[in-house]
Amino acid sequence: MKIKFTLNKKKVTAEVESTERLIDLLRNKFQLMGTKEGCSIGECGACTILMDGKAVNSCLVLAEQIEGAEIITIEGIADGEQLHPIQENFIKAGAIQCGFCTPGMVVSSYELLNENPEPNEEEIKEAIAGNLCRCTGYKQIIDAVKISAEQLRDSK
Amino acid sequence: MSRKIIKSKYDLYEEKIETIAEVPSEKEKPLAPNSKLKYVGKDVNRYDGYDKVSGSAIYTIDKVLPNMVFARVMVSPHPHAKIKSIDVSKALKLKGVLHIITNENTSEIPWYYNTSKLFDKHLRYQGDEVACVAAETEKIAEEALSLIKVEYEIMPHVVTAESAMKENAPKIHNNGNFGRPSEYTRGNFDEGIKQADVTIEDTFTTQVEVHNPTEVHCSVVNWDGGKLTVWDSTQSIFSVRDNVAQSLGLNASDVRVVKKYMGGGFGSKLEAGKYTVMAALLAKKIGRPVKAAMNRREMNLSVGNRPDSNQTITIGTKKDGTFTAMSHIAYGVMGAYPSGSSSYWPLRSIYKCPNIKIDNKSIYINAGRARPFRAPGHVQGTFALESIIDDLALKLGMDPIELRLKNYTEVDQDGDVPYTSKLLKEAYEKGAEEIGWKNRNKIPGSQTGEIKTGIGMASQIWWGGGAPPSYATLKLNSDGSAKIFSGTQDIGTGTYTFMQQIAADVLEIPIDKVNVDLGDTGTMPYSGGSGGSMTAPSVSPAVYDAAIQMKQKLISNAAAILEVDESNLIYSSGNISSKNDSSKSIEIKDVVGKIHERVLVTTGARNENPNGYAINSFGAQFAKVEVDTMTGIVRVKKIVAAHDIGRVLNRKTLENQFYGGVIMGLGYALMENRVIDDYTGKVLTTNLHDYKMPTMQDMPDIKVIIVSEEDNLISPTGVKGIGEPAMIPTPGAIANAVFNAIGVRIKSLPITPDKILEALNSKS
Repeated sequence: MKIKFTLNKKKVTAEVESTERLIDLLRNKFQLMGTKEGCSIGECGACTILMDGKAVNSCLVLAEQIEGAEIITIEGIADGEQLHPIQENFIKAGAIQCGFCTPGMVVSSYELLNENPEPNEEEIKEAIAGNLCRCTGYKQIIDAVKISAEQLRDSK
Repeated sequence: MSRKIIKSKYDLYEEKIETIAEVPSEKEKPLAPNSKLKYVGKDVNRYDGYDKVSGSAIYTIDKVLPNMVFARVMVSPHPHAKIKSIDVSKALKLKGVLHIITNENTSEIPWYYNTSKLFDKHLRYQGDEVACVAAETEKIAEEALSLIKVEYEIMPHVVTAESAMKENAPKIHNNGNFGRPSEYTRGNFDEGIKQADVTIEDTFTTQVEVHNPTEVHCSVVNWDGGKLTVWDSTQSIFSVRDNVAQSLGLNASDVRVVKKYMGGGFGSKLEAGKYTVMAALLAKKIGRPVKAAMNRREMNLSVGNRPDSNQTITIGTKKDGTFTAMSHIAYGVMGAYPSGSSSYWPLRSIYKCPNIKIDNKSIYINAGRARPFRAPGHVQGTFALESIIDDLALKLGMDPIELRLKNYTEVDQDGDVPYTSKLLKEAYEKGAEEIGWKNRNKIPGSQTGEIKTGIGMASQIWWGGGAPPSYATLKLNSDGSAKIFSGTQDIGTGTYTFMQQIAADVLEIPIDKVNVDLGDTGTMPYSGGSGGSMTAPSVSPAVYDAAIQMKQKLISNAAAILEVDESNLIYSSGNISSKNDSSKSIEIKDVVGKIHERVLVTTGARNENPNGYAINSFGAQFAKVEVDTMTGIVRVKKIVAAHDIGRVLNRKTLENQFYGGVIMGLGYALMENRVIDDYTGKVLTTNLHDYKMPTMQDMPDIKVIIVSEEDNLISPTGVKGIGEPAMIPTPGAIANAVFNAIGVRIKSLPITPDKILEALNSKS
């Protein structure tokens, strides 16, 4: 079937199969490789994207479910080459190692700060607990979210 | 700068590794202390930061080539079976299926040190490869797997070391279920025990841990005539090149292996996978590029794990705590193919003891093969050793740190040579102060109330001093910027960044003028695999040497351009000027611009290791835990990691490694566990729901203290590796903290709530 949706602020259409997953649509048809597949069953969060503002695992969403939805992937978080403050703070806080989980982490953090601009540490941990990282030990990711929260509040 | 050729020798466990290497002939002047440098030692941002946060970083799994097709591997559903027949006819008829390889149409390619083949009819574990399909899409390839009809002869299986060691156990290999044993003797253990006033003996067990890096194992391959390019998610491009060339009967120079970004390895990606060779065979047949990727289930079955262990340790001591004898009798499972499972090395090396007896057995079982996993053997060995030492301290009425200091050694116990540096005492001191060691329970388990807190510690020893051969090439561009090329690889640990920092500091140019390309066997000078905490200590001196040579070249060129004698020139902040005549001055970029061929290239080499010294890293980790005695849940509140690791190259990436090592150690201590059902022989933990790994909510407060400056006896950069040291002592420290909290020793990892509750019940 043919679906219409908004992808990183552009209106797009796509021909999809009934069993096609959103992650495959994004990676294979739109070549948006920033969305990573880590486990295929919604356990690792590497494929997290925003669907109508909510962070979801794109491996658990069927492509046809996104008809009319607004989808933002990691490629849509920055403004062209100008990184979003969350992305900049991931670099500054050293919240990256191999980087494979990073796009999902950034997207989950983005959703959290949209919904809750002043999260405490427990709220950060709860919001991002669905994103697994095998390298960093998480501490610097929490730091990055904390700095971003402050910076985004100050800029408002 | 003059060069010499040496036979570089270093020990890795029992293996004596020897390689021919070109090294600087003379000892180089060391890199200045961090306090005098602009970039090295500072918390410089990652070189690869933008690519990774923006989503633009292309990993092997993301690699797409024109006309590329997909391969999927069919694996054995049985733990032990023989293939009676394979029928691929139905699968081949599926639209989009291009080719299928099995043992019937593939030449015999030896695998696992000749104990098996690429396609072996004898399947020794659930996950052993049966067939490989290439199709237009991954989905079609997957569907084709379900259409392959295989008739299996099911054989009796064995999935625990205890059953595999029995005389009548099903044999996994013709010569039985025992691998190469690890035996070692120092002095005379029996005599040593006779001299002891007190002896202690206990048995500890640990589980199988699975690497589970976030990016699955995968390769993309493409043939250009007889030349093969492999993009691989690997920690060792040159090993993959050699493995693939050997398997396919190619010259190594006809295989090019490329890796830019990879999603974690932890030891599981140090060699070529069967999937890589299968992809190459399919690509050759079809004439199109092939991508082969595992899925998470296969990751948990096939590509490696930390073997389990059953360790019985005996220690004899004098009344004052002086060790007179130690023994380590152990066994562990290495899976279905040759690997190792020994865990004795910490006991053999970290404390002073004249009489040692070691006997470790590695056992074959019908399960995925063990692979090196972040400090192989040391994590499990340190847990057992440091647990029994705390028990011994209690028995002797000594403080656990006091007992460790009583048996402190300033010389390597094997070679009787001094260490290039050993600051373990300082690590004990600073770590103890930071955790509040004096506040721990003097009588373990003496707190009242449901939630009990405890403090514990464990020590670590690792190698991680690096070795030649390792090379880096530096090219200076006509705009004054520099480019580094080296056949090492950045597996997320920060190799790109520290190479950039060192070159910028030596050449005294802004760091953004230095670019780095790594991970290509076709265009870059050799460096070894990224494992064993070897990368930074091996590669950093090579890039330092390249930059020093470049600086000299620039001075020589400037001398000719300015018509000033070299000895009268001063190199400062990217500018070369005459001491005597300030009008005679030239910037680096102008030197390069004036050179006829407009290019300056140097290749630096890792120096020879010093003779007559042992190189080891040391450290201690301290844990504070809370144990809920009603639920049995352990919460780790704080970890202090105090280490001697030579020079810090980059504070940010150092902390990355330490936090990551701590949380991985925490996962191993409290939750991670591969479970195999004994009756069916099948793995029950094949996804990230059943195989528990730590999440952000498990993260304790972590404090990293580095007690060392630089160790210039090792190399001019004075670096020791940190990847493994960060993990080694964590489980032991947590176990000791749990004991301090509840007063009952948990002798088996992971320390799960059921074990805590059972232990508490048996106590009361």
